[in-house]
Amino acid sequence: MKKDNETMILAIETSCDETAVAILRDGVKLEANVVASQIESHQRFGGVVPELASRHHVEQMTIVLEEAFRQADMTMDEIDVVAVTEGPGLVGALLVGISTAKALAFAHQKRLVGVHHIAGHIYANRLQEEFQFPIIALVVSGGHTELILMKEHGLFEVLGETRDDAAGEAYDKVARTMGLPYPGGPEVDRLAQLGQDTLAFPRAWLEEDSFDFSFSGLKSAVINTLHNAKQKGIELKQEDIAASFQASIVDVLVEKTFRAAQQYKAKQVLLAGGVAANRGLRTAITTKFADQNIVLSIPPLWLCTDNAAMIGAAAMIAYQKGNQADWTLNANPGLDLEMYGKR
Amino acid sequence: MKQKQFETYTAEDTQRLGQKLALLLRPNDVITLSGDLGAGKTTFTKGIGTGLGVMRMINSPTFTIVKTYHGELPLYHIDAYRLEDSEEDIGFDEYFNGDGISVVEWPQFIESFLPDERLDFIFERKAGDKRLILCEPKGEFFEYVCEELAR
Repeated sequence: MKKDNETMILAIETSCDETAVAILRDGVKLEANVVASQIESHQRFGGVVPELASRHHVEQMTIVLEEAFRQADMTMDEIDVVAVTEGPGLVGALLVGISTAKALAFAHQKRLVGVHHIAGHIYANRLQEEFQFPIIALVVSGGHTELILMKEHGLFEVLGETRDDAAGEAYDKVARTMGLPYPGGPEVDRLAQLGQDTLAFPRAWLEEDSFDFSFSGLKSAVINTLHNAKQKGIELKQEDIAASFQASIVDVLVEKTFRAAQQYKAKQVLLAGGVAANRGLRTAITTKFADQNIVLSIPPLWLCTDNAAMIGAAAMIAYQKGNQADWTLNANPGLDLEMYGKR
Repeated sequence: MKQKQFETYTAEDTQRLGQKLALLLRPNDVITLSGDLGAGKTTFTKGIGTGLGVMRMINSPTFTIVKTYHGELPLYHIDAYRLEDSEEDIGFDEYFNGDGISVVEWPQFIESFLPDERLDFIFERKAGDKRLILCEPKGEFFEYVCEELAR
């Protein structure tokens, strides 16, 4: 049951592959967290493979909603705020979540809040511990590699981002070149644990004061190295290729995060996004910050990948700032994080 | 079909060609870019973005499939790499008729959704940073665009 002074948030996320719904108490305590692909892995609803088309979101939405209310043992009456990812993402996919959120909020006369997907990934960390500003957030996923400075709740400054491929994408493409199945990021990570950094792939530091990233050159270097070795009939150990590639990516990610933390006197550094699950990255960043007086937050895997819990966590801040949406809320596939924070 | 061929020697060259192209395009035009990983497709798209007045960083849309940017016209940067064998319509009409410019990488995976009239570019890596870029117009307007680009 909900107390009078508590805020209960129903959060919906459909920006990409996952249909997800969560229910949160005061934006920090999780009452329910359902991701469609997880339901399917339990085969409760048959073996439907999650796909990108919006019709899959449509098919799964009510099932996921019902499961969330069942987990939380609640009804719509106890919800105060309906939160939904409004961007960035695929317009058709976003619209399923937004239409659902608007319909529910309108029918039950609840408040409506739109959330930026990346703000969500960052706020996933607040489900673990309270924020201490200034914060440096390293957001690494298949689609994003960004270093973000937060001086207060809900305000974001992008210090740097990738100029070409996202880190997770570089993993997947190198994995494909190595003949590993897609998505091969986790497999490269596993092999890397068993190999040595023997191939000395380049590190893309870019300009001295830049917090931007570039992984396209590294990707080419790996492809060229594999190609040349094959032509000369040299057999390279898969484990060493993985370890060398991973060392190059992780070195740059960790070093730039460290420099940003120093420059902006961060009290907390946090990891976000799917690649935050990478063991090589977790180990390296933990070692780097071990003797620093900085809180290092690394969310558990289920909070790193796309989910709605993180959307609810970010929505709580937007709601407290008074950023409610009206019935004109629409999908915003190119939503800018900094602009979103300044609303 | 009136093909044109371009040679670029640096990433900046490739970007400038994209920038020049942007100025010749109309809302709802669709451009496709083919070529291997690292052939210069994203670099070329950065140029198109500059030409359209996009201020934000343009980077790879492989994972997100579409990235939307706001310039004088919207720029829809689409990468169909992950849609191989899926036959899924992720709402392409929303983009191709969305009053912006659509740039499609790995177009062979969504062939059936592409408009008949469009401009195809094929990127080929040569020695060093040299790139051979083939421009294949589909339809009268794009033949004109292709010719103007070569002038």
